[in-house]
Amino acid sequence: MTFSKKWSAPFIVFVIAGTVIPILSIAYYGFTSRDGGITLDNITAMFSANHMQALGLSLLLALVSTLVCLIAAFPMAMVLRDSKFGKQGFTIFVLILPMWMNFLLRTMAWQVLLERAGVINGILQALGLPRQEMMNTPGAVVLGMVYDFLPFMILPIYNAVMKIDSHLIEAAYDLGAGKAYVYRKVILPLCVPGIVSGITMVFIPALTTFVISNMLGGGKVNLIGNIIEQEFTVNSNWYLGSGLSLVMMVFIIISMVLLEKFDKTGEGTFI
Amino acid sequence: MKKFFGNLYIVIIMLFLYLPILTLIVLSFNEAKSMSVFTRFSLKWYGEMFHSKLILGALVNTFSIALLAALIATIIGTMAVIGIDGMKQSTQTVLMGCNNIPMLNADIVTGIALMLSFLMFGISLGYCTILFSHITFCIPYVILSVRPRMNKATDTLFEAALDLGASRGYAFRKVVLPELLPGIASGFLLSFTMSIDDFIITHFTRGAGINTISTLIYSEVKIGIRPSLYALSTVIFLIALVVLLVMNRNNIKNERTAA
Repeated sequence: MTFSKKWSAPFIVFVIAGTVIPILSIAYYGFTSRDGGITLDNITAMFSANHMQALGLSLLLALVSTLVCLIAAFPMAMVLRDSKFGKQGFTIFVLILPMWMNFLLRTMAWQVLLERAGVINGILQALGLPRQEMMNTPGAVVLGMVYDFLPFMILPIYNAVMKIDSHLIEAAYDLGAGKAYVYRKVILPLCVPGIVSGITMVFIPALTTFVISNMLGGGKVNLIGNIIEQEFTVNSNWYLGSGLSLVMMVFIIISMVLLEKFDKTGEGTFI
Repeated sequence: MKKFFGNLYIVIIMLFLYLPILTLIVLSFNEAKSMSVFTRFSLKWYGEMFHSKLILGALVNTFSIALLAALIATIIGTMAVIGIDGMKQSTQTVLMGCNNIPMLNADIVTGIALMLSFLMFGISLGYCTILFSHITFCIPYVILSVRPRMNKATDTLFEAALDLGASRGYAFRKVVLPELLPGIASGFLLSFTMSIDDFIITHFTRGAGINTISTLIYSEVKIGIRPSLYALSTVIFLIALVVLLVMNRNNIKNERTAA
């Protein structure tokens, strides 16, 4: 090719200074102790009871919210395919708009809705119904996750669904397939790339979040993200925090590899 | 009937997505501080917001960082795409692998890793460290959107221009750059929105005393939600609405002229 390699020099500087060195430094802290010796304690700390509990809860809540997003998003994508909303880019517009709103403000909106003196309780009271305690529960955190990440599930599935040639579906019907069979054998397989990228874009942020659990869990729902964040901002134990981050990275890599297996075509679309 | 249920479903999802935002907008005009009782229409929270040095300072930081980060990332990313093309296949694979790391990794790990390396080298956290981090996580998006445009055809056209007597600089400006331009534009926009929306990486790489909109909201919400934040939500929502509407209209126009 005709261009000089020198063009990418600033990029390589950024890759080294912004990606390679930071990853190495997190690994350095993860495998050393305060007195400078090499240790595995920060890694094995993940197996202590309260860390395991936090990790388990994170996995559970991330799984539940991913599943809820998937169940809500797939029919939405199918309905949008058939409706006149689907054209003119209007749908994309309506789905992207909330994503452009700062996600802390969106999470705060649920705090306003769910709070003890919040909007929903105000409505309940006006109707003469008893107040509900909704904040600071795992349910509130899942709701926040679903709300924040739902568009990230709908958009890739919608993109995949829109690409399906309707002749394929008609052909399947003509050849005598039933509705369920067409969904299982034609539509679903063709949506896999979209579903896989949707799951990646919901599951990983949900697994690692500390913001949503902090705002809607009020310190009572401790996820692995919260524990890591506190190690850095409250306890100033960088060594332990780095060790736990490394373990979390392993979980991210595992889930990526698993998801990759499903997406054989590799045409998963980011948005 | 099927159509009815389909549309009903769309409406339900839309309500789910928009009702919380609508609540914030309604409450921003509420005179009382209460979350559940609307007393009287008032603009006083907007007044409070526009007089708050904290909020205005954070707005300036957010937008200047987003603009600078997107600009620098776009330049570096585009240059990278041009330079990488001439490299060995194996080098390309390694570089692209490293390039993907910040995109695939969880933000919390990226943020912590950056913070640790800043502190290891004795760099104090502040505006510049936020900017550096934002450039770092924006570059992959620029490369992702520009690289597909740098293909065989671009090469051939460039060489044809040289054969026809164009200088390298001229051929680059007149042939390669226009070819890359749509990718460059979408890379810039993507970077800009990612930077504006980022909280987690900023949270770890900012020093004390400097705030972007996201970090300001986070610390304010921890103390207790102030209605001026509702006003801020409304303003941000309106800005997003207008920008998207303008972009959408341009897109439709472009499609029409293309057809």
